[in-house]
Amino acid sequence: MKYTLSVNGASRSVDVAPDTPLLWVLRDHLELTGTKFGCGIGQCGACTVHLNGVPARACMTPVSTVGRMKVTTIEGLAPAPGKLHPLQQAWTELDVAQCGYCQPGQLMTAAALLRDNPKPTDEDIDGAMAGNLCRCGTYTRIRQGIKRAAELTAGGKGVAQ
Amino acid sequence: MSTTTTPRAVNRREFLKLTGLAGGGLALAFQIRPARGGSAPAGGDFRPNAFVRVAPSGAVTIVSKQPEMGQGVKTSLPMIIAEQLEVPWSSVNIEQGDFDEKLYGGQSAGGSRSTPNNYDQFHLLGATVRTMLVEAAARTWKVPASECRAVDGTVVHGSGKKLGYGALAATAATLEVPAKEAVRLKEPKDFKLLGRRIAQVDTPRIVTGQPLFGLDLQLPGMRHAVYEKCPAFGGKVVSANLDFVKTLPGVKDAFILEGNGKVKELNPGIAIIADSTWAAFSARRQLKVTWDEGKVAEESWDKFVAEARAKAASPGQRTLRRDGEVEQALASAAKKVSAEYLYPFISHANLEPQNTTAHFRDGRLEVWSPTQVPAAGVGMVTRVLNIPADKITVHLTRAGGGFGRRIGADYLVEAAAIAQRVPAPVKLTWSREDDLRHDQYRPGGLHFLQGGLDAQGRVTAWKNHFFTFGEGGQPGSGGSLSPDEFPGRWIPNFLAEQTMFDTGWPMGPWRAPGSCVFSWVFHSFIDELAHAAGRDPLTFRLELLGTRDEMPAGGGGKGKQGGGYSVARMRNILKFTAEKAGWGKKKFARGSGAGIAFHFSHQGYFAQVAEVTVSKEGQLRVDRFVTGGDVGRQIVNLSGAENQVEGSVVDGLGALLTQELNIERGRVVQGNFHEYPLIRITEAPAKIETHFLSTDHPTTGIGEPAIPPVAPAVCNAIFAATGNRVRQMPLSRVDLRWT
Repeated sequence: MKYTLSVNGASRSVDVAPDTPLLWVLRDHLELTGTKFGCGIGQCGACTVHLNGVPARACMTPVSTVGRMKVTTIEGLAPAPGKLHPLQQAWTELDVAQCGYCQPGQLMTAAALLRDNPKPTDEDIDGAMAGNLCRCGTYTRIRQGIKRAAELTAGGKGVAQ
Repeated sequence: MSTTTTPRAVNRREFLKLTGLAGGGLALAFQIRPARGGSAPAGGDFRPNAFVRVAPSGAVTIVSKQPEMGQGVKTSLPMIIAEQLEVPWSSVNIEQGDFDEKLYGGQSAGGSRSTPNNYDQFHLLGATVRTMLVEAAARTWKVPASECRAVDGTVVHGSGKKLGYGALAATAATLEVPAKEAVRLKEPKDFKLLGRRIAQVDTPRIVTGQPLFGLDLQLPGMRHAVYEKCPAFGGKVVSANLDFVKTLPGVKDAFILEGNGKVKELNPGIAIIADSTWAAFSARRQLKVTWDEGKVAEESWDKFVAEARAKAASPGQRTLRRDGEVEQALASAAKKVSAEYLYPFISHANLEPQNTTAHFRDGRLEVWSPTQVPAAGVGMVTRVLNIPADKITVHLTRAGGGFGRRIGADYLVEAAAIAQRVPAPVKLTWSREDDLRHDQYRPGGLHFLQGGLDAQGRVTAWKNHFFTFGEGGQPGSGGSLSPDEFPGRWIPNFLAEQTMFDTGWPMGPWRAPGSCVFSWVFHSFIDELAHAAGRDPLTFRLELLGTRDEMPAGGGGKGKQGGGYSVARMRNILKFTAEKAGWGKKKFARGSGAGIAFHFSHQGYFAQVAEVTVSKEGQLRVDRFVTGGDVGRQIVNLSGAENQVEGSVVDGLGALLTQELNIERGRVVQGNFHEYPLIRITEAPAKIETHFLSTDHPTTGIGEPAIPPVAPAVCNAIFAATGNRVRQMPLSRVDLRWT
């Protein structure tokens, strides 16, 4: 079946089976491999993308259900080429990652959290991030990274105003 | 333009020896000079050795030879070269080297050895290149080299003259590599980079989702493979509906591989080749196979546990260590404590499932693999598939977690065997279920312990009947208990016996093999003895360690395994950590408490204090976790080192909390993370504090030694908080409620 998807602001066409998860459409057909395969059953969060801004598990999302929803992947998280999202900036400052495999999913979940809750507490963070596994155990840095990104975002707004 | 090599006996020998690359002909890769009477090297690059390249533009490239799996070596080891090379970190480009041990020396990442194996050599490598650049400047200016010094990617002369490394590259490339005696190393007091917090070099690619990992690889015309193995370990294919599977959408081929009869090498199975990952996954769901499961299907964990309990009081199959008269000492002890400790098999569960891409053509094999030990993969492919090593190229991809799993090469040899039958590059992707059910597991075990105390509360006797699991007559990796394992050698009447169950279950190294479980058992039992003696757990441990500074290997016991143990370093790190944690100074309400443990492994001395709260309903929270570590003189990358310790704390806690595999009828019951839960952010400690104590000893690795004391520190804290002693892993099986 032919599908036309909106991915990171661009219109992309693919010809795949209707039950193909968005994860494999992104990875195999659109060569966007930032969205990771970890479990295939929505347990690990490594495949987290945004559908119309809402975090979703790409491994559990058949391409036939995406329709006109806007897909945002880790490759489209930054506001513009050459720029970083405050979370990406914070992750770099704090050297959050170890192996890094889960981090695209962590960042996508965190981005939605920060958009809805610009100053999350540790409890807010744990609640929002509980679906994203990090096998290397970078959880304390993830908490710090989200708080740092919140600061950067607040600071950025201050400068812009 | 041509380059050739000019071997110079003395220099070459020295240089090679120090870079761990003994062996005559290898010099060719190291010392590239213009041909006699010839022109400058191609492109004008200065390549004094395999690790460093200085371009005429001044761009410095450092090759990272070690496999990177999140332990940070792609950043930390090049930092050492950059430090000695005297070049700003921001101007360095790091490149991942392919597998080429003739060129680079050993490329195995395991055992926390990347740092100690390369530390001194990398200092010398960087300093040697700097020395050559300084010499090049001195010749250019016709001044003594002693009047010149390197500063931030340039060489400056006392007169104020200054040249960038790029401008000096062409001249430097004509020079001999100096002998190590002629190379001055920067002193630690002059370090600008080492010991600082430096973000991993792959961070920009990680946070923007650029391709990095094995699974991210895309090649033109690439096909996608899955490989179905028997659920019971090592089982053989009898028949499969291949003709039907071949008709499914996107499927290019399906075939049976016989395997080589070794459960940790090439297992028998069915390969399905398709034009996309999903087509392969989908076709696999319609695959029907009849298996010959073999004798392994008679082996179940519960049966072994029952057998161990039945045999606990009988003598073991082997005596690992016997000192003094343990039965007599136990009989005359003022107090006696007995306990059974049990821990299950667990999986590595790398978040990136095992995978490898392979391309076989014209008798040559090219492989892209997230492997910790590429040499093992090449060796296995050579042995099992008869492809000569010199016809195999291995590209090292970043690995989405290692933890010891990728020391195994089973998935690499599978990909290679499949590639031999596919006329295109082919990527083998394991499902999560493949990964969990065909791991090489950390063996479970049981310990039946008895300890005796005298009237003064000193440990006089220790007896352990240890039950472990073996493969082919030997304990699995992490299933061997060294006779020197603490507290062996410290207690006058000591008996350690072993009984092994031989199985067909694949076992392999799991981060801090052996140590990660023995430390939990022994430091929990030592805690039981401390409380039985009515003593403070820290004081009790310091007394047990005693006043001697060194404990030699063997120590008069039967076994000579293990090694020298610096009691002084352990005492110091234990006191240091206790002080950082404020041990004994805090008053805890009932339901809260602190626990302490220490361990020596991978050449690192570590002590840890956990502070926990357990609700009356039995819910555990780790409020604070303090680590003190002594890994010698120099922390290379402070951020990376702290990250390894923080990760070790979470990993050690995660294994304790929930991880267990049930092995029934020779197969793993659990298939995915809903049945094999990993620790989540909600369970991570509220606060992790990491402190390093610099000591006058060689710098050693940090990927593993912080793991072993985690579980006992937490369990000892649980006891302090609730009076509940944890003697079984995982905690999800233990009732922690209190009233």
